[in-house]
Amino acid sequence: MFAYIVRRLLYAPLILIGVNLLTFALFFVVNTPDDMARMQLGAKRVTPEAIERWKVERGYDKPLLFNSAADGNQKLTRTIFFEKSLRMFVFDFGRADDGRDIASEIRTRMGPSLAIALPTFVVGLLVTVSFALLLVFFRASYLDFAGVVLCVAMMSISGLFYIIGGQWLVSKIWHLVPISGYGGGLDASRFLVLPVAIGVVAGIGASARWYRTIFLEEAGKDYVRTARAKGLSELQALFRHVLKNGMIPILTGVVVVIPSLFMGSLITESFFGIPGLGSYTIDAINAQDFPVVRAMVFIGSLLYIVGLILTDLSYTLVDPRVRLE
Amino acid sequence: MTGFEPLVLWTDLLLFGLLACMALAAWSARRSEPMRDAWRRVGASSVGMSALTLLSLFLLVGVIDSLHYRERLAPAAGTPAADDRRQLSTEVRSALDALAAPLRTRVEKTYSAPLAYQLFSKQTVEGQGGTQSREFPRLKFGGANLKYPDEDQGGDIVGRAGMGLAMGAGAWLLVAAGLVGAVAASRRVPFGAAWRAVWRGKGGPAWRAVLATLGVVVALVGPIAALAMEYHVFGTDKVGQDVLFLTLKSIRTALIIGTLTTLVTLPLAVALGILAGYLGGWVDDVIQYLYTVLNSIPGVLLIAAAVLMMQVVIDTHPQWFETAAERADARLLALCLILGMTSWTGLCRLLRGETLKLRELEYVQAARAFGVSTARILARHVLPNLMHLVLIALVMDFSGLVLAEAVLSYVGIGVDPGTVSFGTMINAARMELAREPMVWWSLVAAFIFMFVLVLAANLFADVVRDAFDPRAG
Repeated sequence: MFAYIVRRLLYAPLILIGVNLLTFALFFVVNTPDDMARMQLGAKRVTPEAIERWKVERGYDKPLLFNSAADGNQKLTRTIFFEKSLRMFVFDFGRADDGRDIASEIRTRMGPSLAIALPTFVVGLLVTVSFALLLVFFRASYLDFAGVVLCVAMMSISGLFYIIGGQWLVSKIWHLVPISGYGGGLDASRFLVLPVAIGVVAGIGASARWYRTIFLEEAGKDYVRTARAKGLSELQALFRHVLKNGMIPILTGVVVVIPSLFMGSLITESFFGIPGLGSYTIDAINAQDFPVVRAMVFIGSLLYIVGLILTDLSYTLVDPRVRLE
Repeated sequence: MTGFEPLVLWTDLLLFGLLACMALAAWSARRSEPMRDAWRRVGASSVGMSALTLLSLFLLVGVIDSLHYRERLAPAAGTPAADDRRQLSTEVRSALDALAAPLRTRVEKTYSAPLAYQLFSKQTVEGQGGTQSREFPRLKFGGANLKYPDEDQGGDIVGRAGMGLAMGAGAWLLVAAGLVGAVAASRRVPFGAAWRAVWRGKGGPAWRAVLATLGVVVALVGPIAALAMEYHVFGTDKVGQDVLFLTLKSIRTALIIGTLTTLVTLPLAVALGILAGYLGGWVDDVIQYLYTVLNSIPGVLLIAAAVLMMQVVIDTHPQWFETAAERADARLLALCLILGMTSWTGLCRLLRGETLKLRELEYVQAARAFGVSTARILARHVLPNLMHLVLIALVMDFSGLVLAEAVLSYVGIGVDPGTVSFGTMINAARMELAREPMVWWSLVAAFIFMFVLVLAANLFADVVRDAFDPRAG
């Protein structure tokens, strides 16, 4: 068990190095810094001096992998690969194109992202599990059938329409909450209710259907039949046995996304004007701010790998039969 | 000298290639009893057949929209009428553009509501004697046949819709008669008996569901087609283009993204998955490492990074593309590839796991003991037993990809802004929601078409999975 975790922890940096190499190849080898400078500067008739200045300002005026002009260790450290890619491992992301420090920007924007993502995740899990349990309680009835049809229909609607429709109905017609914006402290809740509610509703379709299958499989097992034969009511059997055992695959399945909640949601944050990491990313993509995109790729992968390790751990915690070798 | 020259874009080629593959697979599946059995189960499902009917109709629109050509311009005076590429119009059209020419060419000035005869916003109109007034001007084309629009419009719409409905009913009767005739011929029963069998839904494929679905479609399409001759049924957008036409054009983009994405990366996923599962050892380690790395980058960010880079490549090499359509097409194909690069990992892992199980089965071990080569074992014994998983993945991924396109286009890393797609339509319409009164029609039109397409795909995918997955039975 302990050896397994150590091995997983050692595997993580290896994967991060792979991610790093991949992004390095994408951003610096497919297109040279000259290409990027030309595109960023925009005009067709950019002078070589302007390109050179752009590269010096951003530190792209070095060789990619090996600097033969420098001496000693600097042959390797005064390169784009070292300064732009390897520095990320100590969370030194450099500066965005507008000159602001990316690391501090990420720290301040993490809060608003979490303020949306965490409630959406928790409430969403509660709602979908209850809904799935309800369908299982009424299994093989018209209510169950209607619920499944509803799930498939809800799955087939693009997330964009949930947001647009929700904003239109709740904010524009009913005037319940502001359409978009964000405030500090308790004031924030006013702005958070709608995005969280929409996030929950948009997620019901796919998850509830999946959870329903899991619960149905569990409800058909012998021990549940025994429990019913012993005289447990259907509700007791569902809550005491089916729910408890059905939650194992559900919880271990969702653990992987928990660290990634820090990243926020691109679409929700940009529609509701929340100053989180999601809208930061989207702005960076639209402004073609490559340092920010690279930093977000790195952080996103890091959080995903943490999620994978947590998943492995959660398997052993909830199911003592699982022995990781 | 006028005429046209066909032009095959890359995505067209792949789409037709896909159709050919499907035909070939269907032909070869006829010989395999389990495959035939699974397809029979799909055919017997009413839901599956209705969904398939809808998907086929979407596919038909997409295929018609994929027959591209460039018009030959009349040679300028004084130049020899040689067969010169320079005389080709730079505008790439498709057969759908030609068929729906009335929709494409009747461009209004700006927004107009569905079935309207006036523009949506007031404009300054020069009256007689130099007076100026602010009023809603009449549309150039929409409802232009009406002399007294206030009184005549309602009656005109009802009349045209009724006529469209009648024509649709006629067409439906023809199709139904043809279908029942075919059933009668194949079962060697009289027409009446075949009709009763279809009507009661007895035996064989669920033709009743097909006919019912077609009936609903015809009841909607007939009136819309009849009305589209004189009105803009779904209104017009900011630059006055007919929204119905735009939605029809979006279908091809959605189909291309939904199908080609999986198709172009299928060889990669299948090859790597089988090799990792069968060979094991360091090959397995390398392949697992590769897909864990790709998997650990958040999908949208990897796509964003790749699309941004691709944009730089396309922007710095304008000489590669003769027309704007070819550039947009290259971008669409690249988007499919990029989407595929981020989504092949799931299928690869699935196939690896299944191969791990297969290689321990007795018949594979027997083949190995007889000295059959690895390549032959993989091709003869492993691959055919994985095909149902590939098929399920192809069908299951479709709807997710169609939805993903809309989101990516919204983020600005989707299709070329010049390509009509559901994403670009939603993005353009979103800006206008703040208007008072609201411009809602392009959003609603995109919503309806996308919803029907994705819903049909989801339902069909469920039926296919149930029919092909041995564990689901």
